[in-house]
Amino acid sequence: MSKSKAAARATNKSVSQRIRAYWQLYLMLLIPVVLTVIYKYIPMYGIQIAFRNYKANRGYLGSEWVGLQWFERFFKSPNCVRMIKNTILLSFYSLLWSFPVPILLALLINQLRFNKFKRTVQTVLYAPHFISTMVVCGMIRIFLSPSGGLINLIAGTNIDFLSQSAAFRTIYIVSGIWQDAGWGIIVYMATLANIDASHYEAARIDGASMFQRIRFIDFPELLPQIVLMLIMSAGNLMNVGFEKVFLLQTDLNKATSDIISVFVYQQGIENAKYSYSTAISLFNTAVNIILLVVVNKLASKLSEDVSFV
Amino acid sequence: MGKKKAGQLRGLSDRTSDIILVALCLVVVFLVAYPLYYVLIASVSNPYDVYAGKTFLLPSEFTLNGYKAVFADKNIFTGFLNSIKYTVIGTIFSVVVLYLAAYPLSIKDLPGRTFLSIFFIITMYFGGGLIPTYLVVKQTGLINNMWALFLPGGVAVGNMIIVRNFFENSIPKEMVEAAEIDGASKWTTFLKIIVPLSRSIMAVMVVFSMVAYWNDWFTALIYLPGQEKAPLPLVLRNILIKSSASASQASTISGGYAELNKLTEMIKFSSIMVAAAPMLVIYPFVQKYFEKGFMAGAVKG
Repeated sequence: MSKSKAAARATNKSVSQRIRAYWQLYLMLLIPVVLTVIYKYIPMYGIQIAFRNYKANRGYLGSEWVGLQWFERFFKSPNCVRMIKNTILLSFYSLLWSFPVPILLALLINQLRFNKFKRTVQTVLYAPHFISTMVVCGMIRIFLSPSGGLINLIAGTNIDFLSQSAAFRTIYIVSGIWQDAGWGIIVYMATLANIDASHYEAARIDGASMFQRIRFIDFPELLPQIVLMLIMSAGNLMNVGFEKVFLLQTDLNKATSDIISVFVYQQGIENAKYSYSTAISLFNTAVNIILLVVVNKLASKLSEDVSFV
Repeated sequence: MGKKKAGQLRGLSDRTSDIILVALCLVVVFLVAYPLYYVLIASVSNPYDVYAGKTFLLPSEFTLNGYKAVFADKNIFTGFLNSIKYTVIGTIFSVVVLYLAAYPLSIKDLPGRTFLSIFFIITMYFGGGLIPTYLVVKQTGLINNMWALFLPGGVAVGNMIIVRNFFENSIPKEMVEAAEIDGASKWTTFLKIIVPLSRSIMAVMVVFSMVAYWNDWFTALIYLPGQEKAPLPLVLRNILIKSSASASQASTISGGYAELNKLTEMIKFSSIMVAAAPMLVIYPFVQKYFEKGFMAGAVKG
């Protein structure tokens, strides 16, 4: 009733009438829009310095056009291949190991029947998400310290893990799972909470075991959400983990920890090579978009019911 | 009676799987909680015992010296105060901006609504990147200015969509219509109906925002080069990552190098607790709204 009334009223007014009636709403949007234009859209326009030799006193448009010079320089730089490889491998392995964990945890916790216990488990699992990357990296350094670090104490060894390239990805991925897998269950828990309880009752009467209930009720229900999350993760593949890599990188583990985003920071902020840094960053974004499109295609083949954006 | 019947219905295999389930969950809880518990214990123990592996379960030689040293350290204390300031101002600012964007976009017949939504959503997927953004922040005169932490973030679009969907789905339309028939303007409706009725989602957004500002250090690293403006996590970088005792620490210790070394190690643990504890205490209060919020956001992401 009320819906059709509102619709009727809306159609009664012309666009210009509605614009006048809603001026307060446009006024409210003013601050968010201005902020977005200045700090989001103007920087997008500024990406063109990747193709120019940016000089602060000449501005975006006044700086000399140099074409693909910065890209060429990047591709010819000695560590270029290593950085691209490290970025992709770190992201890929990270996704491979980290992605299934929240799904498994959500399926597990969803089966818990004691609500108080369930809630407590969730509270504990969320905790690491609320801790700063800085603090997490501090903990990693303390735990992995060769003298008196927790891991070495337990194992009875004195290995300096952070000086070993072979250990870097494992450290990155395990700490990432520790910090974010618990928080990651939320989206899945929200979907699982929506499942009609009568499905479970029916399954129980039919004598389905817990494993069968998960396999035939919960998992199919989660699948569209899983595909969506996979696409979103893939869309962020190249953006993964600057902060942690930056804080855990040492001269000795660079063979695996040297990634593009850290190089972008070093060239741009530390060395003030603005154009060069922007070009590398743009290359990173381009690869990212290609990955996003590829995964999106693959995913839509996997599941027909999910369309992205 | 009813309980017994239900128990019989479930059967033995269900009870076994319940036990396995609880056991698995306890293992997961232990793996997540133990590292934090260990840091907590170590922060109140004699550091030599910590490094000798004597504090796996309980503290040894209980002491609060680590915490005293943390708050006696001028840099850490300044960082702590800075972080509180940035978190309070940043959260108020961000949530206000979030609401100012979410409410108009929740009005279905607002001319230009689709265009404005896309205008915001694009920024979730594309951005100028580090340097182009840095240059704009610089040109707008925000280097070494606290507002560099808040303004460039603009609207948190993901959160904005969650809030917008909450307005669309969870605020009774009748109330809004009744108010408008009584002659309330959009602005009055917003303040008198929308804001009070959306307290739960606002609580979630406040916590998200607080956590983001309290934990942020990278924005400050780029935009606030002055040492006196550094937030807590950035100050901790010297202690936790670079492992260097600060000058103010060295000057307050009279017991020589060994004593300083001992204190430096203690400060690592206690400063982790000081940085992590405030947010760990706050989030359980709004936990029950998290899932609801994500649900509202997932309906039409």
